[in-house]
Amino acid sequence: MASEAIPAEVTGRDQYRALAFRRIVILALLTIALAASVAVDMALGPANYRLSEVLSALLDPATAGNQLRVVIWDIRMPIALMAVTVGASLSVAGAQMQTILSNPLASPFTLGISAAASFGAALALVAGVAILPGAVQYMVPLNAFLMAMAAAMFIHFASTMRGVSVETIVLLGIALVFTFNAALSLLQYLASEQALAAVVFWTMGSLTKATWPKVWFTGAILIAVVPLFMRNAWALTALRLGDDKAASMGVNVRRLRLETMMLVSLLAAIPVSFVGTIGFVGLVGPHIARMLVGEDQRFFLPGSVICGALLLSTTSVVSKMLIPGAVLPIGVITALVGVPFFFILIFSNRRRAW
Amino acid sequence: MVGLALKDVGAKYGRRTVLADVSMDTLESGSVTAVIGPNAAGKSTLFKRIADLISGPGLVTLSQTEHGSRTICYMPQDTGANAVLTVYESVLLSAKQGGGWKVHDGELAEIDDILKALRIEDLAFRGLGELSGGQRQLVSLAQALVRKPEVLLMDEPTSALDLHRQVEVLDFVSSLARRRGMIVLIALHDLNHALRYCENTIVIAEGAMAASGPSDEVITPEMLRDIYKVTARIETCSKGQPFILVDGTA
Repeated sequence: MASEAIPAEVTGRDQYRALAFRRIVILALLTIALAASVAVDMALGPANYRLSEVLSALLDPATAGNQLRVVIWDIRMPIALMAVTVGASLSVAGAQMQTILSNPLASPFTLGISAAASFGAALALVAGVAILPGAVQYMVPLNAFLMAMAAAMFIHFASTMRGVSVETIVLLGIALVFTFNAALSLLQYLASEQALAAVVFWTMGSLTKATWPKVWFTGAILIAVVPLFMRNAWALTALRLGDDKAASMGVNVRRLRLETMMLVSLLAAIPVSFVGTIGFVGLVGPHIARMLVGEDQRFFLPGSVICGALLLSTTSVVSKMLIPGAVLPIGVITALVGVPFFFILIFSNRRRAW
Repeated sequence: MVGLALKDVGAKYGRRTVLADVSMDTLESGSVTAVIGPNAAGKSTLFKRIADLISGPGLVTLSQTEHGSRTICYMPQDTGANAVLTVYESVLLSAKQGGGWKVHDGELAEIDDILKALRIEDLAFRGLGELSGGQRQLVSLAQALVRKPEVLLMDEPTSALDLHRQVEVLDFVSSLARRRGMIVLIALHDLNHALRYCENTIVIAEGAMAASGPSDEVITPEMLRDIYKVTARIETCSKGQPFILVDGTA
């Protein structure tokens, strides 16, 4: 009983191959857009270099002037690449949180992981308290990381308790957001003027703190974790059909969820501890990817990586362009750039997006 | 030939025992067995226990050896409706569990065949979220069949289907059971279906097995009164097929 629109000789197999091909094309186009965005990001900055100068400094650093080389290689490039690694990490973290909790509202930000990190950072900046004694030099990112991990573990173990539904998990996450925000406000109230400024700046999220070691570190975590998710692509996709269904397909649901949450915690906590609170990417990056390539993790996972990276990279570009000569905090700009684009996608999408 | 047998099988949620002491002589390949009983009697729990999705006392044996979960496939009552996947992808991912990324033509051809056999090939590239309850049940069946299970546990597979589809699905599954030598257990609320399609029937009530045996011996007015609290007669139609006439609640 073939439908009139489809000639009889077109089989489901052909249609599926066409669908898969279309998705690969979309991923390729997004990758090209990302490369372009990173290039523009490096070309822009308070020091007005011509594009040709930037290109020559990139391609042939030896002949470039000292100042130009430092600006391009040691300032702009770490920032541009940090936007990519952080955006990708947060987006993948959000994607897998949404997958394992089966909830469209799950993200590092909405589940309180970012708020916990902010509180940890503020603890160091205001009160000088190091959660892990000894490493005073790295007190701020370490505090942020440890608090973020603690929040993620809390969410995970709450989700494994009997009688705790996915809706409850999101409520718990929101409760965490409020708790840590209140604690943060208290610290801010008690803080000196100097410490207060530092905390406010930290919580706004900024890529200007990017350095090569941070780029390598976030990049390495991403490169280590994503293949682990890839290996479980079919199982993670099956999770979206419900636990019973996934289990009946042979997926060890409990173990998969635990494993994924551990990795997701790393992906969410590390970027946040380096660059501060960047909220929007982890929630919306995966939604954009889902609308473009669906939820088969073989496409959805790379889609989330690229969409998150692209979102933060274009945001980085915009944050430099809005006020010439100044770089606005990226955490503030992310939502302003992402929301209109997201709205367009939601309203133009004829299919269900969740 | 495979055989499925249960010995003193039970299940617990936390400390609460929800199923106890279900035993069953060997069900042979190609057989279709109905599992009936009131709501919340423990039918789904029994299925999950057999499929090893929950743990509990007792022994489930498949062909004299303790089973691995791949050969026993449980088909839940409902399937995730909010996943952004097409019908085709959802069947593919069932087939590919535990397999590699590469999708082979043979695998896709098999999916085409199953969708065609269930007459849902028109739905292949619709999103799961766009389907009706009945269509979702058919997709769920396709997801189960593509795994080629030796034992198929269907939890109320026809509850959302129209009459035509009910008959079609039950005809298809019972003939497939014979062809593939598959053992099929179906949780049913329509006992006339049990009489017509299932050689054997197991009655589950209040977390225990109340009766088991050939369907026409198990489904009696007495059982209907005791278990379902209805007064009913079993009549024989002009073609010799037994059917249930319910007079009212007991």
